[in-house]
Amino acid sequence: MNSIMRRAPTLLALLSLLAACSSTPPKPAPEPVYPEPVFAADRIVPEDAVSVSAVYDPWEGMNKRIYNFNYHFDQWVFLPVVRGWEAVVPSPARTGVHNFFENFRDVRTMANSLLQASPTKFAQSTGRVVVNSTIGLFGLIDVASSMGMAKPDEDFGQTLGRWGVATGPYLVLPIYGPSNLRDGVGLLPDAVLQNYIQDDLLAQPVRATAFVFDSIDTRAQTSFRYYETGSAFEYQTVRWLYSTKRELDVEK
Amino acid sequence: MAGLCLLLLAPFASATATVENYGYPVHDRYVATVIGTPEGHQADLPKDIPFKKRRLNVFPERQLPDVIWYGQELIYSEALQDRPAPLIFLIAGTGAAHNGAKNVNMAKAFFKAGFHVVSLSSPTYPNFVSSASSTGVVGDAQRDAADLYRVMEMIWSRLDGEIEATSFNLTGYSLGAFNSAYLAKLDEDRKSFNFRKVLLINPPVSLYNSISLLDRMTENIPGGEDNFNEFFDRLVEGFSKVYKEQNEIGGDFLYEAYKGMDLKDEELAALVGVSFRISSASLVFTSDVMTDYGYVKPKGLVLDRHADLSEYNEVLSRLGFTDYYHEFFYPFYKNENPNLTRDQFIATASLTGIADYLRNSPKISVMHNQDDIILEPGEVEFFNEVFGDRATIYPTGGHCGNMNYVDNVALMVSTFTEGAK
Repeated sequence: MNSIMRRAPTLLALLSLLAACSSTPPKPAPEPVYPEPVFAADRIVPEDAVSVSAVYDPWEGMNKRIYNFNYHFDQWVFLPVVRGWEAVVPSPARTGVHNFFENFRDVRTMANSLLQASPTKFAQSTGRVVVNSTIGLFGLIDVASSMGMAKPDEDFGQTLGRWGVATGPYLVLPIYGPSNLRDGVGLLPDAVLQNYIQDDLLAQPVRATAFVFDSIDTRAQTSFRYYETGSAFEYQTVRWLYSTKRELDVEK
Repeated sequence: MAGLCLLLLAPFASATATVENYGYPVHDRYVATVIGTPEGHQADLPKDIPFKKRRLNVFPERQLPDVIWYGQELIYSEALQDRPAPLIFLIAGTGAAHNGAKNVNMAKAFFKAGFHVVSLSSPTYPNFVSSASSTGVVGDAQRDAADLYRVMEMIWSRLDGEIEATSFNLTGYSLGAFNSAYLAKLDEDRKSFNFRKVLLINPPVSLYNSISLLDRMTENIPGGEDNFNEFFDRLVEGFSKVYKEQNEIGGDFLYEAYKGMDLKDEELAALVGVSFRISSASLVFTSDVMTDYGYVKPKGLVLDRHADLSEYNEVLSRLGFTDYYHEFFYPFYKNENPNLTRDQFIATASLTGIADYLRNSPKISVMHNQDDIILEPGEVEFFNEVFGDRATIYPTGGHCGNMNYVDNVALMVSTFTEGAK
């Protein structure tokens, strides 16, 4: 399957070439010939070599464009907003906001632990939500962590993984970043659940902007900056790290 | 030649003056190199310092190839005091960034001790190569020092007026220590800084010897390089086990992973070799596209920013740094100095070439480890012989594994604070 997918573009290209041949006599486009580099792949890499860092990424061209878009979004919108947020809102208030959204993440873990039939994680996350929503003043203070309560992290992407759904192609989502088809789809039910609870809990102006503050908080907590390693292989390193981590998270 | 005699004689030289009663807890040189200093033995450093990222356009005229379009500006970081203070430059080791763990820890220690801190990536870090290397091909001791010096002058001219520096100081680890030695020498002529104190932490003696040692470490992959995938999978599996048991990746994650995996020394050596190779791959590819040399990318082929680069990564992951040295670096610079032989080239990339300067410069001191894995047997004697009592040689620590150990940090800081106003 995989090898067919890989060859498909070549076949298509050949077909279109043939089609072109049949209609108009093509002007033979001179294919530029480059001198062989000092170390050429066909001499160095064995034909049957399997790359350890290979990830199924048939949409690489599109993904790299979104990766690039995310960098620009970071530069012009996201990071300036994060800097403003950090400059204007005092640190304890930012921590409160962070804890508040983390409390919803614990609810998400509750729901997904249930779907994964994992009583331990369900108990742990339920314990956290109960403690933090009450003593922790609606989640603003993370009392549970101070008490040393474990914090499992489960989302619907992992639940699908548990159910045996394959990851599908690697996918870079706009603004959000690295994902794959399965995890990307999994974001929707989680978001629906969070909105459902927020609609019940929050007053209108807060409810409408919660998504924005959640995003700002998440970006502020993420130290990754696009292209800062300067390595031309950053895209594939990130791709491998994300995919490996998610694979482990599903097994966890 | 003198250097060679010295090395041959080394085993017969006087007993090594290593530090006694040293409490660094890891006694295996490879374990120390890989996992560093376990928690509980680390120096007490501030959790947060005002460590700010800055950007510098070193060569505004430079036109980078599209595939590395993002590398125009040098990224570095600084932590500044709000009063007059001594300033210290930190230079990272091979392939490491200004904000890598070792530089950040040093920055915390020196900021806490009252220094303005300016932290720079290694000239071998891809971002440095694309933005601040004059030729795009690094590894030449004097040229790399000159490239660093240019950057340091530009940074200071930006800071001058904003802060007051009571003196200028310099330190670096690994290749960054090697760079620092040549920077100190260059500063004697250029005098922009008149460094008050310079500290070299675990420098190589001969660059070529050290990269050969690191290259050969990949030969330790169990079953040879053809079995790299199995070895790699086993490592990932080991990390996974610990990852699954822990909730967060804490400070002792590597140590826990190591304990869980029960790795043999050869396997740890292979791990060091592999990580060196991964960082070399990015560096060499950057140089290749910048110069259009035709090392792994065909000469003349223009790659755009969305190009699939996995083929080049695959090739580079099978090449060593010595391949780069012989097939890229040497031929590249041979055009400039047609009379230099390969051996002479190798000899210039060494501290032995400036041994007299180092011997007669009381401001330069060195911290090293008797069991450093990037030194050939006997090479550590070079430091005792040249630096005398300005050399502190620890019995253990491997390559930079003890940099964060409480005693080491204390000496690192006191080297610069002693006698300072």
